[in-house]
Amino acid sequence: MDLARSEVAARGRRRQAAARLALMAGPVAFFAVFFAYPVLAIVGRGLKDGDGWHLARIGQVLADSGVRHVLWFTTWQALVSTALTLLIALPGAYVFARLDFPGKQVLRAVVTVPFVLPTVVVGTAFLALAGRGGLLDELWGVRLDTTVWAILLAHVFFNYAVVVRTVGGLWAQLDPRQEEAARMLGASRPAAWRTVTLPALAPAVAAAALMVFLFTFTSFGVVQILGGPTFATLEVEIYRQTADVFDLSTAAVLTMIQFVAVGAVLAVHAWTVRRRETALRLVDASLTARRPRGAGQWALLAGVLGTVAVLLVLPLAVLVERSLDAPGFASYRALTSADSGVFLVPPIEAIGISLQYAAAATVIAVVIGGLAATALTRRDAGRLVRGFDALLMLPLGVSAVTVGFGFLIALDEPPLDLRSSWILVPLAQALVGVPFVVRTMLPVLRAVDTRLREAAAVLGASPWRVWREVDLPLVRRALLVAAGFAFAVSLGEFGATVFIARPDSPTLPVAVARLLGRPGETNYGQAMALSTILMVVCAVALLVLERLRTDRTGEF
Amino acid sequence: MSITKKATILAVGLGLVTLSACGSSGGGGESGDSRTVTLVSHDSWAASKEVIAAFEKESGYRVKVLKDGDAGQAVNKAILTKDNPQGDVFFGIDNTLLSRALDNGLFQPYEAKDADRVKPEYRADQGRHRVTPVDTGDICVNYDKEWFSEHKLTPPASFDDLIEPRYKNLLVTENAATSSPGLGFLLGTAARYGDGWPEYWKKLKANGVKVVDGWEQAYNEEFSGSAAGRKAKADRPLVVSYASSPPAEVIYADPRPDTAPTGIVPGTCFRQVEYAGLLSNAKNPEGGKALLDFLIGKRFQDDMPLNMFVYPVRDDAKVPADFARFGPQAENPQTMDPDEIAGHRDEWVKSWTSLVLK
Repeated sequence: MDLARSEVAARGRRRQAAARLALMAGPVAFFAVFFAYPVLAIVGRGLKDGDGWHLARIGQVLADSGVRHVLWFTTWQALVSTALTLLIALPGAYVFARLDFPGKQVLRAVVTVPFVLPTVVVGTAFLALAGRGGLLDELWGVRLDTTVWAILLAHVFFNYAVVVRTVGGLWAQLDPRQEEAARMLGASRPAAWRTVTLPALAPAVAAAALMVFLFTFTSFGVVQILGGPTFATLEVEIYRQTADVFDLSTAAVLTMIQFVAVGAVLAVHAWTVRRRETALRLVDASLTARRPRGAGQWALLAGVLGTVAVLLVLPLAVLVERSLDAPGFASYRALTSADSGVFLVPPIEAIGISLQYAAAATVIAVVIGGLAATALTRRDAGRLVRGFDALLMLPLGVSAVTVGFGFLIALDEPPLDLRSSWILVPLAQALVGVPFVVRTMLPVLRAVDTRLREAAAVLGASPWRVWREVDLPLVRRALLVAAGFAFAVSLGEFGATVFIARPDSPTLPVAVARLLGRPGETNYGQAMALSTILMVVCAVALLVLERLRTDRTGEF
Repeated sequence: MSITKKATILAVGLGLVTLSACGSSGGGGESGDSRTVTLVSHDSWAASKEVIAAFEKESGYRVKVLKDGDAGQAVNKAILTKDNPQGDVFFGIDNTLLSRALDNGLFQPYEAKDADRVKPEYRADQGRHRVTPVDTGDICVNYDKEWFSEHKLTPPASFDDLIEPRYKNLLVTENAATSSPGLGFLLGTAARYGDGWPEYWKKLKANGVKVVDGWEQAYNEEFSGSAAGRKAKADRPLVVSYASSPPAEVIYADPRPDTAPTGIVPGTCFRQVEYAGLLSNAKNPEGGKALLDFLIGKRFQDDMPLNMFVYPVRDDAKVPADFARFGPQAENPQTMDPDEIAGHRDEWVKSWTSLVLK
């Protein structure tokens, strides 16, 4: 009897291992064909000619002072952006975690909107705020465009939510009684905070900082619009070397440098995440927040609200205001005519095209990401699976620009001649969406009690049936949230899309960037109007998600 | 729970609808039929509808135009995709980038029907006829007449003048790595000063030259003499632009002034020639050849100046009077031998970048 039972369990385990490999096969194949192959193709085009690889180029490129300058600037601005973001957002994290005030839910959504906005829109908004003829220019003659400040502020704007959500989410669940116990035992307030709360928060702060570092290190759209010719991140430089200078070998080396740098950051990130999974005594977040008490807390709350108003709301408000500048919604009306000569189609059509692409990309990302997350669910996974986990994160940091170019030259032969196919853009967008899907689904899947699955398996259910009967009902909501994120990310994807979107079917961000690059007020107004539309779509998607969201410990 | 269920159904339904919608619209499919000829060009392409319609009627081909970004990027993208091009003919590669396209095998040989009517000084690639000259223009420094008369300052007349202290902080130019007028201006200085051009640029930089990424930004946001620049309260009265910019300022102004508000600095011009070619692996080579014949045909060459603000290359083309009056071609522009450009361009741009931008 016992023997038979262990036999069944062992068979179940074997079956599960086989099922896991089968689940991984899909995502692995997807990444091999649509990520590794195009990237290798474009890198190969730069570093290979008829007789083999020219690895000497790597040394030459690294020795180039211009390249070193770009490397230095990329690292420097990412570090400063990260430090600034932490400095500005940590008080916000505290306020969201520990204070209770009316309108808190709305505010939480408001601070998250920037994170899902397309980089192009953010660039445009800061241009409207601090560029030539922008709000600050009109008020005080201050112009920050083509200075590094515009870039840094835009980065803080973008990543404020990352810190608030990652750190605030954990902070809200830390048991305040532990700190109180330390106070009872005679520790001063700062000492209690330093010895009890800070160590518990440190991994979350580190993880948030690394995420922000990663996003700013690989920043493209923001720097492309605000940087002018002087400032370039690696990602912008890769784009310029390929699209403008046509120096493919330099671009290839830069891609490799970025790959190594991002790989290192991701490795550290994975390590902090594992550290974070150490047991903390967590309590329900709704129990820890209180109404503000004392002048200090009220001042802090006011400070955070002020920061949010100036840094996050104002740029977007200026954007909307600029789009309405022309009387009688003229900028919006202009979007319906193709006369501007920028595209073959009226810019308004870019909205429909974008939504179609993003929906297709969402379907792809949810399928691939869902399979991957399911394969990664069990905690006792071996090294192989952990490597797989890291692999899934890579598209977050490997140059999207490179992926776009790779698509252009790699996927042009049957059976994969996709270059003239509309699916090319959604595929590129889905690559960026998958990591978000995995990060959103994984914590929820892992929270499902394994014994439920085992019980079902022992009762003879197939792995598919187990998933359908046990996992799916529990994760349906997370799946929707993941889909929403993938949708927003796809909608705003710019780096890969900018080069593969065809002139007769531009996506919204590409249309905005093109309009910004053309002379005349009507084009500027149209860029602002399109950006506003894009912002509204993203914000609505996000607000719907906020309603659906249950679990607040996820990464994003 | 029921809301979630509805949302799930909605999401799945949306996905399916979208997929089917995409499947049917095929967002930008290939025009594989032999009755369509596709022209790939840069954003500045423009032609009168009547002229295109006449070509379509005579040849029986339908013309489709893909504007693929600014000049340099359109060329590079065409090279990247040359094994499986996006069209049949590429128009808009100029003499500053020509060697890059030829070295990378972008075009196949075809001698257009009226190739012998092209003025000799514009012909290129004589041995193999991989490209056909279509238009020409000069890249020159433009000045804002009103600004200089207000400040009682004589406008500069040459490259040498631009490094004089009295013109400090007045000039805006484009990034030579990303913009064709920017590159033309750099080549102009290299033609004028030979190996001494880096010295010249060091002085120019010390004299406060401002560099922006593209022509639109330089001309419409930084240059005080253009209509858009006046609106934007731009503050630089000297800009690297084209000899045809002053007539454009007149023709597009309402009401029309008698004289152009801007002028060109005669000693700073560099002659640019734009070519078109039949793309290697074009899907409709016959249509492409007909289109190339049309591009240097008299009808298109006469129509071109007021659409793209360039000069025709045919010896018998007529230039509209207004155009010639406000924007005569430069007297003695700097020119450079194509081989010289081919041999040095990339290294010059590299040195220029580290010298001026870093």
